[in-house]
Amino acid sequence: MKRAPTLVLAALCLAGAALTAAPARAAGAGGVELDAVHIDLGDRAALQRGAKLFINYCLSCHSASYMRYNRLGRDLGISDELIKKNLLFAGSQVGDLMVTTMPAEDSQKWFGVAPPDLSLTGRARGAEWLYTYMRSFYIDHSAPSGWNNKLFENVAMPHVLYELQGVQRPVIAAEEEVMEGRLVTVEKIQRFELVRPGKLTPAEYDQAVSDLTHYMVYMAEPAQLQRYTVGFWVVVFLLLLLVPAWLLKKEYWKDVH
Amino acid sequence: MMARRLLHWIDERFPLSKVWNEHMAQYYAPKNFNLWYFFGSLGLLVLVLQIVTGIFLTMHYKPDSALAFASVEYIMRDVPWGWLMRYMHSTGASLFFIVVYLHMFRALLYGSYRAPRELLWIFGMVIFIALMAEAFMGYLLPWGNMSYWGAQVIISLFGAIPWIGEGLAEWIRGDFVVSDATLNRFFAFHVIALPLALCFLVYLHIVALHKVGSNNPDGIEIKENKGADGKPVDGIPFHPYYTVKDIVGALVFLIIFCIIVFFVPDMGGWFLERANFEPANPLQTPPDIVPLWYFTPYYSILRAFTYPFLGVDAKLWGVIFMGLSLLVPFFLPWLDRSPVKSMRYRGWMSKWSLGAFVVAFIVLGYMGTKNPGNTDLFWFQNVRWAQIGTVFYFAYFFLMPFYSKWDRTRPPPERVR
Repeated sequence: MKRAPTLVLAALCLAGAALTAAPARAAGAGGVELDAVHIDLGDRAALQRGAKLFINYCLSCHSASYMRYNRLGRDLGISDELIKKNLLFAGSQVGDLMVTTMPAEDSQKWFGVAPPDLSLTGRARGAEWLYTYMRSFYIDHSAPSGWNNKLFENVAMPHVLYELQGVQRPVIAAEEEVMEGRLVTVEKIQRFELVRPGKLTPAEYDQAVSDLTHYMVYMAEPAQLQRYTVGFWVVVFLLLLLVPAWLLKKEYWKDVH
Repeated sequence: MMARRLLHWIDERFPLSKVWNEHMAQYYAPKNFNLWYFFGSLGLLVLVLQIVTGIFLTMHYKPDSALAFASVEYIMRDVPWGWLMRYMHSTGASLFFIVVYLHMFRALLYGSYRAPRELLWIFGMVIFIALMAEAFMGYLLPWGNMSYWGAQVIISLFGAIPWIGEGLAEWIRGDFVVSDATLNRFFAFHVIALPLALCFLVYLHIVALHKVGSNNPDGIEIKENKGADGKPVDGIPFHPYYTVKDIVGALVFLIIFCIIVFFVPDMGGWFLERANFEPANPLQTPPDIVPLWYFTPYYSILRAFTYPFLGVDAKLWGVIFMGLSLLVPFFLPWLDRSPVKSMRYRGWMSKWSLGAFVVAFIVLGYMGTKNPGNTDLFWFQNVRWAQIGTVFYFAYFFLMPFYSKWDRTRPPPERVR
């Protein structure tokens, strides 16, 4: 059993690797549970609808300054003419970066903070965070904008999609919680209640936010549309190459005893 | 015929055939290499991959704090196949450490650091430390928020050194905080100074290896058993035997590498961290400042010291022991007093010590990614686990002169098996 220690140690290494490879779970700030959303970047219709929402609602204040209009067009099957007609601000070219027309100094003054660039938010925050965030706005008369967010408390951003979702109000209940060894009562948002419906039903709104999330996940890394396909063929090629390489090794090594 | 004449022409002017024969065709390696012996050639492969992809990245990257982050995104989006170069480079960095850690473990397992291979081991350790510096400086270049704060935290460690610390940290940064000056000099070190040093050190490592010859899983010297022709009876020429074998190893490695590059390049946050997709912001720290996984065992040792002792600050103890944890392995050839090299012929003491060391290293690595105050494993807080891991880490080395001597060994065979 001369190999036993080697095997034991190899197993230990593998166990360690498995431990290390366990993916980090995403959780919102303040321990808010994130809602699951299934992202399928092969769903071009969802990406197109999401792009439309993004340009109509987000791009007025936020930039996506690493993303070009015609890249979006090429990847999502939208022609340059359509982009010019429907998506561009006056004076922009199809090859331009998607930069907002709102000057940062002004927005800093108006909102207290300049709206962050959204090119990479799909990667920095993750799909679940975005999906949860856009569905967690509620009416709050004490907030400067009149809106607050359960996931991102006291965020400066107002609920820009309220005409789609409508207005929701939090249902708050007292909960007992152990804090620093003492039992305390804290008020927590249990759920939301729609006080004024919007243009969309709740199910349609969830779908719209899912579309927007699809688009933002795509925009954070446009190469995703390419790399899975390329990767598949690269791995197939390497596997095929492994066959002659293995046979060559076997052929040479048959006279080693 | 032409080729033969050309070779002759070259050999008259440059020792091409001589070098080829000495290092490949007539370089005898033990015939009993196992899986663990792939990682040396794989290390060389990753080094080449990193240099080649790095050259392409350098063509488009801008080492300027105002442009760096955007230039990386430009590579990811607008440069044809830029995303591939970038992912190969970022994945290569992590896999470099996996390969090097396994390569070093092989040395511990079969006593490859023992006489006459002490210098070989020392060159290897220097490569490891140069590689850590290379990775650390490279990590600043994307100028993400984790790049920025990671560099800030690690450079500020130098500030814990008495008297000269603050000045030293400032000298490294070129500024009072991590800034454009820091980015620019890290770029210089990352793309030219350290790669040059690494290539030279790898050259020395191979020269030393070919002088003494490879160890093997039995830990015996094949040069002590030569046939009538003067060649080791248990040796086989490196070329073609190990070249064809290493091609298989390289392909298996590349398959794993490509699966990561194309399908999971951020490895769920372990290879590319989420916080690094936000540009560096000197006014806002990420929620947790965590180095990449390959530094976390040492980061854990750093954070394991929580009490001042002998009038010395806890932070300084952490820095001292982190430095020691990298220094002590240099002395391994002289700490090991076992009559045999390979773990195969050692007794339970050596086997359990090595096992405990590996577990301690993994626990330290895991705790380095977690908040010290939380309890992520059973029983103790993370910091307590890091302290236990630190004790085991050093015990492996400091107790080695005793357990390796007291351990009951079996006599190794005359010939390799």
